Amino acid sequence: MTPAGSLLEARALRKAYGPTPALDGADFSIHPGEVVAVMGPSGSGKSTLLHCLAGIIRPDSGTVRYGPHTLTDLSDTHRSALRRTDFGFVFQFGQLVPELTCLENVALPLRLNGTRRKAAEHRARDWLERLEVDDVAAKRPGEISGGQGQRVAVARALAPQPRVVFADEPTGALDSLNGERVMGLLSDAARATGAAVVLVTHEPRVAAYADREVVVRDGVAREMAGAA
Amino acid sequence: MSIGHTLLGLLESGPRHGYDLKRAFDEHFGQDRPLHYGQVYSTMSRLLKNGLVEVDGVEAGAGPERKRYAITDAGVTDVAQWLARPEKPEPYLQSTLYTKVVLALMTGRDAAELLDGQRTEHLRLMRGLTERKRSGDLADQLICDHALFHLEADLRWLELTAARLDKLAAAVRG
Repeated sequence: MTPAGSLLEARALRKAYGPTPALDGADFSIHPGEVVAVMGPSGSGKSTLLHCLAGIIRPDSGTVRYGPHTLTDLSDTHRSALRRTDFGFVFQFGQLVPELTCLENVALPLRLNGTRRKAAEHRARDWLERLEVDDVAAKRPGEISGGQGQRVAVARALAPQPRVVFADEPTGALDSLNGERVMGLLSDAARATGAAVVLVTHEPRVAAYADREVVVRDGVAREMAGAA
Repeated sequence: MSIGHTLLGLLESGPRHGYDLKRAFDEHFGQDRPLHYGQVYSTMSRLLKNGLVEVDGVEAGAGPERKRYAITDAGVTDVAQWLARPEKPEPYLQSTLYTKVVLALMTGRDAAELLDGQRTEHLRLMRGLTERKRSGDLADQLICDHALFHLEADLRWLELTAARLDKLAAAVRG
């Protein structure tokens, strides 16, 4: 797919950690409602690409455009605000606040965006139901299984209705069955809400839930021809 | 897959006509490759000759005779032995893909591009299977999962080979 009409687009990203280049001229684009798998060997620059796209780190050079914004030109404060309102995140583990219940965890980003408690918890409960984990609403993360925790994390990422979800190895800590369940629910929910999903994974079976794949090798992202 | 053993196994639940056997086979195992009638009848004649099935009845009709087949004791033993015997794992040594990669390197072609093209094709198939799995019943899910795990193994090999292309090129070019 061409970058025309893309929601998020990166051009010629370069990022080095000391003398080691992590990204060496990477391009990327994603459209609304699209799920794109970012694949590649360990250390190829997949996660660095995701962090640059999400505005978590600033590339040494190159641009990231999100809608009308050029992320790479925005201040840290502005990028943080955009991440809170427009982006959702799912990581491999360790993302839920252990002191809060699952319901409070899902409501948290809504509360941070200024939604009142009752409305936030109402919406959080809806999302727990959609991810089929409403039965653990009152439990804390330490009291639930890894698969349930990951579905709670997906609910939390999607509850504020982000326009882009960044998922970095979201099933990496799960067994096959739980991993597939999380991927099915994540891709369905994202498509239903029109969110774009940038899915970093090294597992082909997880990537098969995406619409197309991009392979990062030696810091360069390659669109796979004819994969769309 | 051993069609003979599968048809024998289907007969264990009771005698069936050739047509019923084909239908049962296609329903359970023939999603991608339904049996031809010819295959059913040639297999049944072989099983008959080997004493693993017997003709339980013949219906005369307008067309050819319709034989009803029943499994014999020897047939039941044969199915039991087949089920108990582990399948020989197939390591696919010297696979077509390996041959293509080596030939590409030997002839100075772009082996990385070949691997990328194959990877795209594998993932395309995996996406189709994932879609089918998600809209299918449990049998569909299990059949698709089996294919998906094998394709995933191929993809891991493609990835590993891509990472070792320089070494492989040096080795094949001597």
